[in-house]
Amino acid sequence: MKKKIDKMVETYPAAVFKNRKEHILVKENNEEPQKIKANTRTIPGIITNRGCCYAGCKGVVLGPLRDAVVLTHGPIGCGYYTWGTRRNKGRTSGDEKNFLNYCFSTDLQEGDIVFGGEKKLVKAIKEAVEIFNPKTIFICSTCPVGLIGDDIHAVASNAEKEYGIKVVSFSCEGYKGVSQSGGHHIANNGLIKHIIGTGDKAVGKYAINILGEYNIGGDGWEIERILGKIGYEIVSLMVGNGTVEDLKSAHKADLNVIQCHRSINYIGEMMGTKYGMDWIKVNFIGVKSTIESLRNIAKYFGDPELMERTEAVIQEELEEINPQLEEYKKMCEGKTAALFVGGSRAHHYQHVLKDLGIKTILAGYEFAHRDDYEGREIIPDIKEDGDSKNIESLEVQKDPENYKLFLTKEQYEKLKEEIPLNYYSGMIKEMENGTIVVDDLNHYETEELLKALKPDIFCSGIKDKYIAHKAGIYSKQLHSYDYSGPYAGFKGAVIFARDIAMGLTTPAWNMIVPPWKTSPMLEGSYIGGN
Amino acid sequence: MLDYTPKEYVNRSGLVINPAKTCQPVGAMYAALGIHKCLPHSHGSQGCCAYHRKFLTRNFRDPVMASTSSFTEGAAVFGGGSNLKTSIKNVFTIYNPDVIAVHTTCLSETIGDDIPTYVAQSNVPEGKVVIHANTPSYTGSHITGFSNMVLGMVKYLSQNNDNPNGKVNIIPGFVNPADMREIKRMLKEMGIGFIMFPDTSGVLDTPLTGKYEMYPKGGTRVEDIIDSGNSMATFGLGSFSSADGAFQLEKKCKVSPKILKTPIGIKATDEFLMAVSSITGKEIPEEIEEERGQVIDIMCDCHYHYEGKKVAISGDPDIVIALTEFALSLGMIPKYVLTGTPGESFDREVKSMLDEAGIEAKVKSGADLFTLHQWMKNEPVDILLGTTHAKYIALAEDVPFVRIGFPILDRSVHSYMPIVGYKGAMRVIEMISNALLDRQDRDAADEDVELIM
Repeated sequence: MKKKIDKMVETYPAAVFKNRKEHILVKENNEEPQKIKANTRTIPGIITNRGCCYAGCKGVVLGPLRDAVVLTHGPIGCGYYTWGTRRNKGRTSGDEKNFLNYCFSTDLQEGDIVFGGEKKLVKAIKEAVEIFNPKTIFICSTCPVGLIGDDIHAVASNAEKEYGIKVVSFSCEGYKGVSQSGGHHIANNGLIKHIIGTGDKAVGKYAINILGEYNIGGDGWEIERILGKIGYEIVSLMVGNGTVEDLKSAHKADLNVIQCHRSINYIGEMMGTKYGMDWIKVNFIGVKSTIESLRNIAKYFGDPELMERTEAVIQEELEEINPQLEEYKKMCEGKTAALFVGGSRAHHYQHVLKDLGIKTILAGYEFAHRDDYEGREIIPDIKEDGDSKNIESLEVQKDPENYKLFLTKEQYEKLKEEIPLNYYSGMIKEMENGTIVVDDLNHYETEELLKALKPDIFCSGIKDKYIAHKAGIYSKQLHSYDYSGPYAGFKGAVIFARDIAMGLTTPAWNMIVPPWKTSPMLEGSYIGGN
Repeated sequence: MLDYTPKEYVNRSGLVINPAKTCQPVGAMYAALGIHKCLPHSHGSQGCCAYHRKFLTRNFRDPVMASTSSFTEGAAVFGGGSNLKTSIKNVFTIYNPDVIAVHTTCLSETIGDDIPTYVAQSNVPEGKVVIHANTPSYTGSHITGFSNMVLGMVKYLSQNNDNPNGKVNIIPGFVNPADMREIKRMLKEMGIGFIMFPDTSGVLDTPLTGKYEMYPKGGTRVEDIIDSGNSMATFGLGSFSSADGAFQLEKKCKVSPKILKTPIGIKATDEFLMAVSSITGKEIPEEIEEERGQVIDIMCDCHYHYEGKKVAISGDPDIVIALTEFALSLGMIPKYVLTGTPGESFDREVKSMLDEAGIEAKVKSGADLFTLHQWMKNEPVDILLGTTHAKYIALAEDVPFVRIGFPILDRSVHSYMPIVGYKGAMRVIEMISNALLDRQDRDAADEDVELIM
């Protein structure tokens, strides 16, 4: 396999070769941990799947907050493309307002670019307040706004005073950082600075926040269902089906559980410093990993009754799903998959695939950092470069009023040995020897690796879905789930299994070659033979 | 659904809500995909390219290839020259297209990147071509971007070398591959030699063969775009997306332009066929006349399915103008006609058709779907024609809805089915008629359910 990869990268121009070979590795059973390059610039001209800073900030982290008017300040495209395209579902509750089906933009025109767009932004906020009367407005900048120097932060703070509502601005111009990852960080910073810690909702027992769960296809709801059944109180979902109102009191919870490490670990870390809260890494994708996550959360609280309830719920759920899962497993077993998605999903989905007997032979992230591959222990070794320095690394202070430690020092030290407390081990450690890890997979490599590895399933996004599809490989979008879901939790695993089984076996796969390409030959020779 | 859209109008000059347009580069990317073995290149942040590829892929459900200059903050400050030159080198080496079609973004436009100079400083292999179009996102819409890339094709490629080719040029406008196929079919039936550019048929409607082709067999050949300067006339279908290219061909190569409506509906198709017939001297064959007769048969027979119904039409200007004309031919009443693309000629053209028909209606270019929704709240219509995003309004107001135009993200097959020509007219009638009759069935009391309609 190593040879095939060497051959693949050798055809690159020298500079590209030098760069790309460090982003690819074949998993080896070494004592020494393997290193991969990640979170560095994509080389110009390379057909990458990556998006931009705005996509990470507005599209991923802020967009799903249903009670905020998220106003895109820029030309029309950026707002338009992030309108309803990510499937972060949000159900309105009570008399709250849910703006998820709306798209708000200042639609900057040439004159605004020349003379400045602040006036238009001020007007847009005024109009949004008049029409929608929201409690919160988030302003997200696009590329030209940073270049023309609009002071969106001043506009936001003036508007906050004028209308008596929360107005927070995010300088998430597309060119910042090297991928959507920078935008996640900027959004995390803004939420910590301006939202989290400003509420004082009373919370009950076993209060947790779920971080980095975007409720794609209703994942968050399935996770909430299970946790609710066990007896947890979800203070806030960050941020799928989330609200700014809930986020304000997130610091009241006892524990943060993190699903997508990449997009939201900053909030987890900063809440640790500021409020003394711990976070644990969970994975609700896959049956076994869901069970493990539930047990780990219960261990954190250390209450025998809670642990017992956890086991009872696990048992109950398994009884319900196992018969169906077994049926689908029969259709999936022995297949291979290649995953290229996100900053966490390429890891998470290996678990549910494994549950179905499907082996992951290639996995890679689009915008992850080294710690998502290698584990958080390597963070001190990551060298900052110019691009990462452009994203503010927010320093937070202890909040004496709200700081509380849930565990004693002894409890903490003991638990740290048992559960992923304030720790993520990364993807590589769990991968089998001989499998391949590729960071920022590009089109050329996708084509070559699909040819070389011939996986049965290619799990990626919409941009490369049809490449595999045309090559006759079943292709599953793991960003949008091909408009299905939920895939998380117990019930989600069954839906995922059903979709994969169906996708692999849909009758048309056997009809690609027209019958006359194979059968008329016989008839021809028969007639000719006489 | 859209619960906070009030009936009362509020003056807005800063806020756009639920846009009915997107930005130029995606149109430029779509046009460039209509050149054979062309790789569109987005000169800006990589997010633009990602969004545009996603969007086109979702609409066509086929691979959409394009590369990006992947700007970082440094490039935004110091200019994107080095990014573009590196891109050109890497794209030709790694992806080996015949053509790179560069379009700009609001980022590279705001910093004033000089594309022709950067291209001139690049190493373009022999036999390969780099063309470009300026497509600032803060002007016009995706339709403007399409038009600008077509203009770029003419500027860079078309040549008149005094060697008349006896063909006509067709600029089909921002329509589906199926529409381009249908226009070509009609011309072939008429025996007319033609050069269609761009032509995304065979690029974005490819069959599943088990083999992925980065550059599928479709798309206009570069030599044909060059040869378009020797044609006898250019038919620009849809003024918003095709007029600039057609006029540029006149200016540059003295090929006479004829700007027509997108041939949707009877009248626009009649005009198109008569125009190509009169310039080429080729008669409209019986087969096509037969198709026309079939549509007229349907229209006289089934008029009661839709006649007198109030309709709201939204979408891209060329499509909406033609659809409005067709709706009038069907005896429908266009109450609201709206496009997101700015351009007063839209208002003028639509209003004059409606005035002639004696219909009072609201017509607006450069408008958003929030406006359309407010209109519909104030005076409802019987049916809404629009692109996927209008679905929210249709659901909110419980109005029968026909998906037509770009983008359609929530249904499939549409990119394979023409709406142009007489065949297309038949399909548009079927869609409108079915939507209305389905509604009648849904709402009918048991005793009123009709078996035959």
